[in-house]
Amino acid sequence: MNIQIRGIHKAFASFPALDGVNLDIESGELIALLGPSGSGKTTLLRTIAGLEFPDEGAILFGGEDIANRPVRERGVGFVFQHYALFKHMTVAENIAFGLNVRKDRPSKEAIRQRVNELLDLVQLSGLDKRYPTQLSGGQRQRVALARALAIEPKVLLLDEPFGALDAKVRKDLRRWLRELHDKTGYTTIFVTHDQEEALELADRVVVMNRGRIEQVGNNQQVYEQPATPFVFDFLGSVNILPGEVKNRELRFEGSDDVWDSESKETGLVDIYVRPHDLQLVEAAAPGLDAQVTLVQRAGAVIRISANLASSGERIELELSHLDTLARSRQPGDAIRVAPITFGLFPRAPHRQPKTLPDVVPNAPAESRERAR
Amino acid sequence: MTAATPSFQRARRARSVIPGFGLTMGFTLFYLSLIVLIPLAGVFFKSSQLGWDGFWHVVTHPRVLAALKLSFGAALIGALINAVFGTLVAWVFVRYRFFGKRFFDAVIDLPFALPTAVAGIALTALYSANGWVGQFLEPLGIKVAYTPLGVILACTFIGLPFVVRTVQPVLEEAEKELEEAAASLGANRLQTIVRVILPTILPAILTGFTLAFARAAGEYGSIIFIAGNMPMVSEIAPLLIIIKLEEFDYAGASAVAVAMLGLSLLLLLLINGLQIWSRRRHGQKT
Repeated sequence: MNIQIRGIHKAFASFPALDGVNLDIESGELIALLGPSGSGKTTLLRTIAGLEFPDEGAILFGGEDIANRPVRERGVGFVFQHYALFKHMTVAENIAFGLNVRKDRPSKEAIRQRVNELLDLVQLSGLDKRYPTQLSGGQRQRVALARALAIEPKVLLLDEPFGALDAKVRKDLRRWLRELHDKTGYTTIFVTHDQEEALELADRVVVMNRGRIEQVGNNQQVYEQPATPFVFDFLGSVNILPGEVKNRELRFEGSDDVWDSESKETGLVDIYVRPHDLQLVEAAAPGLDAQVTLVQRAGAVIRISANLASSGERIELELSHLDTLARSRQPGDAIRVAPITFGLFPRAPHRQPKTLPDVVPNAPAESRERAR
Repeated sequence: MTAATPSFQRARRARSVIPGFGLTMGFTLFYLSLIVLIPLAGVFFKSSQLGWDGFWHVVTHPRVLAALKLSFGAALIGALINAVFGTLVAWVFVRYRFFGKRFFDAVIDLPFALPTAVAGIALTALYSANGWVGQFLEPLGIKVAYTPLGVILACTFIGLPFVVRTVQPVLEEAEKELEEAAASLGANRLQTIVRVILPTILPAILTGFTLAFARAAGEYGSIIFIAGNMPMVSEIAPLLIIIKLEEFDYAGASAVAVAMLGLSLLLLLLINGLQIWSRRRHGQKT
């Protein structure tokens, strides 16, 4: 079932949770809604489900506007972060719930058969007589998924489905969900604030911020060609350096060297460079001088923190351990750094760190780095 | 190694997270004995003076049987009424916002706080043949004051807060997501309430029912005013005990008391069993 979302506005009291959202979803796609808390991603998901109603706009399921239909009539499978299983029912009763409340209830035998199929699908065969409290978190979430799939939904909606699980289980379930999606082919939308989860799992990622969609694209597009500074910052770490563009030539502040720029921007810009898109170069090559302050070796990656000689600005580099220039660097060494690729955005009026406080509460204020 | 074991054990005991088990347990037993067990044992002791035949003779007397029947019957009916309507009241308080909610929320507790005699007199004044409410019921042939119906009314009055106050927090805690999940699976409102919400709060309703019942069965003050206290018709067992005491029939009074105690215990055990069963259904450990 393809889904079109047209001009959705939704406000809670005076706070605009969704501010003009447009989105097209193809049948059978696996879509991630990614954003920090308060970005409106969960509200969008709940609006698609019919658990919230938009103030304005249309939601089309297969061309039919269902924006004002209650959740009961939409035929959506919804999976909650905290499972929302019925505790007084066994696993089998939970899964059968959607079939039992139907007007045209299938026969007992048919329900039993369907429940067993679903238990097989979510790899919980034999646990049908257990109660939810007797299951682990990962098992509960799989029961919730089977329960949602039992009604053969037009679209499967998952609200931070792995949010309440520990890291190991989360990774396993992520892979398993991808396989399940490929097997069943349901149009699936899930909400997450974990960029790794979104990039690894989804066909396309919808990056949201403050009730708006910042960028829609496959994982390569959103990571390698971020459309806005927010997306650049939210998906992975980034160094933000001041510079200026004149006559299609980019100059870093404090450097006489010039880089070609195809950007239409002119004037003062912020240059966004990911730590792994910086390299060390010989002293004569174009680049920026810096002094190493910290060297960390993490597996095959060497992380170097350095202060720019010109401004004292802190930058982060991620280099391969095979890089001969990177090896055996010590704090205090002078290095020369050049960007491989970068993004240019007009200079923000105040160059505060873009990190949202509610996402990384412990991030030091002076840090430009987004903790992954 | 063996020599080290005792000191190791002592170290473990000393490191217990919750200290003072011995002291608190000892106090609990002492306190329970002093406040509950010894007085109750006294009742048994006193009634044992009658011997088995004497005891049986007292408690099978038609007047005593009628009083016991009324006390427990009215308490059960009152508790049942409260279980239904108290749950409804709790539902309204938890789910809706309305003007004066805090005020009405405080009103719920009045039957707790009000002296029972005041409640009894107020109810009697309202429901007697010329009272505010009674004057409209009288032409319909419904007599409340001075009948068993009045006893049920008083039992309902004093039991209400127990159900409301036990169901309220459980309803508040019941995840809204459960209802949303049920709705997304296609359940209508009625199906959601019957299949999802009621089973979730059933243990709390049962607890409230038990408390309301226990309170009503032992209630004296508010009932005697409205009951009229006609022997065989509207006389409750606690009143019968008072009457026997006033006649200096201490053994007879304690015999009725023992009968009440036994019946109460039996019913409470029954309800507890029901609760354990319903909790088992939740797959929880008891």
